[in-house]
Amino acid sequence: MSIFVDENTKVIVQGLTGGQGKFHGLRNRDYGTKIVGGVTPGKGGTDVDGIPVFNTVKEAVAATGASASFVSVPPKFAAGAIIEAAEGGITFIVCITEGIPAHDEAIVFNRLVEEFPGVRLLGPNCPGIISPGKCNIGITSGDIALAGGPVGIVSRSGTLTYQALHELSQQGIGQTTCVGIGGDPVPGTNFIDCLAAFQADPETKAVMMIGEIGGSEEERAAEWIKHNMTKPVVSYIAGVTAPAGRKMGHAGAIISGSKGTAQAKMDALREAGVHVCLNPTEAGQKMVEIVKAL
Amino acid sequence: MDLFEYQGKQYFSRFGIAVSPGDIADTVDEAVAVAERVGYPVVVKAQVKVGGRGKAGGVKLANNVEEVRLHAGNILGLDIKGHVVHRLWVERSSDIEKEYYASFTLDRPNKTHLGMLSAQGGVEIEVVAEENPDAIAFLSIDPVRGLDLATARRWVAEAELDEIAREQAAELLVKLYDCYTKGDCDLAEINPLILTPEGKVHALDAKVTLDENASFRHPEWEEFRATETEDPREKMAKEKGLNYIGLDGTVGIIANGAGLAMSTLDVVNQVGGTAANFLDIGGGANADVMASALEVINSDPKVKVIFVNIFGGITRVDEVAKGVLEALKRVSISSPIVLRLDGTNAVEGRAILAPHLNDTLITEPTMLDAARRAVAFASA
Repeated sequence: MSIFVDENTKVIVQGLTGGQGKFHGLRNRDYGTKIVGGVTPGKGGTDVDGIPVFNTVKEAVAATGASASFVSVPPKFAAGAIIEAAEGGITFIVCITEGIPAHDEAIVFNRLVEEFPGVRLLGPNCPGIISPGKCNIGITSGDIALAGGPVGIVSRSGTLTYQALHELSQQGIGQTTCVGIGGDPVPGTNFIDCLAAFQADPETKAVMMIGEIGGSEEERAAEWIKHNMTKPVVSYIAGVTAPAGRKMGHAGAIISGSKGTAQAKMDALREAGVHVCLNPTEAGQKMVEIVKAL
Repeated sequence: MDLFEYQGKQYFSRFGIAVSPGDIADTVDEAVAVAERVGYPVVVKAQVKVGGRGKAGGVKLANNVEEVRLHAGNILGLDIKGHVVHRLWVERSSDIEKEYYASFTLDRPNKTHLGMLSAQGGVEIEVVAEENPDAIAFLSIDPVRGLDLATARRWVAEAELDEIAREQAAELLVKLYDCYTKGDCDLAEINPLILTPEGKVHALDAKVTLDENASFRHPEWEEFRATETEDPREKMAKEKGLNYIGLDGTVGIIANGAGLAMSTLDVVNQVGGTAANFLDIGGGANADVMASALEVINSDPKVKVIFVNIFGGITRVDEVAKGVLEALKRVSISSPIVLRLDGTNAVEGRAILAPHLNDTLITEPTMLDAARRAVAFASA
């Protein structure tokens, strides 16, 4: 099985008529994802390569029965687009937009929690989610993933997600679902959400978790793993050598004082029984060992 | 983006937060002019983005024109932890009855805003948090609801600020929250927030960090950006639209994606090398971007080798390979280049480079192999 999405998930793309939205939306459709519509205000009634475009999410949902949305709009409009998706009846929102102000993200997160408790937001600033052979929403290249499981992947970083998929696929190890939660300070979906879903998914036998410096999500995940996770977890944390006080590319990847260091995260994970590896290749090899021994 | 104290105070003023009357001065004469205008005694304060100014001799009280000349002269040009003072803030000195602390920042684990208020200000809040955590009143604020005056009133009482200061402090905190949210700050901190013997509350210092993602709705930040003193390598990279952070090592690094770039630094370190920089060329890198990246790294005299680590996703490796060749035509690179190319169209990319490979343009099959090769060059 997969988590959050499957082969029946119907997806609309908010921003389908934009450059990025069109490129990735069509790529996702080519992969086999059920991309059933697009939303761009003022462009309702047109189509993008046969995909109907609607003025509002509400109209798109009414016409297509979509339950998921892929949000690919500029930072200025992203918060509004996410809320519109929730108001329009979408229950799973993937937002890849990078550069959304932190205050907008905080408001969106809390509005979703308070007004739309059944809605899950993935991202923003994330590569999306892929369940190999079933559904791909976002910017991950489908050909580096391998269907059939048994590994679930959850990652804060885009390129390291690809690296992890590559390390496993190359060795013939498939994935159930690969979730990129994104590197922003207020992610809609966190490590624990994904770990819990993988723990509950019978086809996922082991989990690869890729973290990075900044915040304390990895430490919280470690605490959760310690008490709830029975499946093996392999982790890699990027940024061991990152200097304090500098944002390493992602808005959320910053060491403040002594908080958020890779070392603290690795220590917490190790203490929770996680196999902590020092680079992506080592993590891939460790996972191969674990899967072969299953 | 971190603001200088004077910029933080100017930012506070826009939101109606009381600060001491003062102005900036770049020369001794300007400092005297400001002092004459605001009236003695004045405090002459070094404007640097680093803590510990007072201990380093960067903050001095001046009672008359001679003292202003003396202190301004000494402080201008002073090196405080590697930050040279080019600008002063001269303000009317305040008599202090009590020093408090107040700040707002994002509470990442709880996805809310966090207000911190303490009756023990004037010292580092980290020290207070460590030694006497009960002296800090924490307030979790729902970003949707915000902070109202009634809540602020309860908060100042809980923090046990002096009775006479409470109403003013509560009003000031609502304004500070306004500055923090409407002003798109990552951090808005006042330490110390003072109570004067006359019973007035105002901000004696200002520490403000702005969220650059919100730049699109703050054209007024342009003036803050103009005063940013940057590492010349970082300045050049920013002009070329690259995400670059200068470090002190000898292995220049180019990678696509922040995570992979961070990971590259780590792997170089694990095999005994040191990174000269963090550089993320982002998605869809073409010849221009690659040429700019190589150019920036090439300008760093400490760099002995360049490690290009690409995992093609949206970025196609054949495009990267073409970019490297194009860049080599345009820029004369003084260091050997080690490449690791994987992902989308990696086979095509390696084939494009194959005829050009030599002793100083090398490909390796994995990230680890490439890191070892690069570090070997750096130590040679």
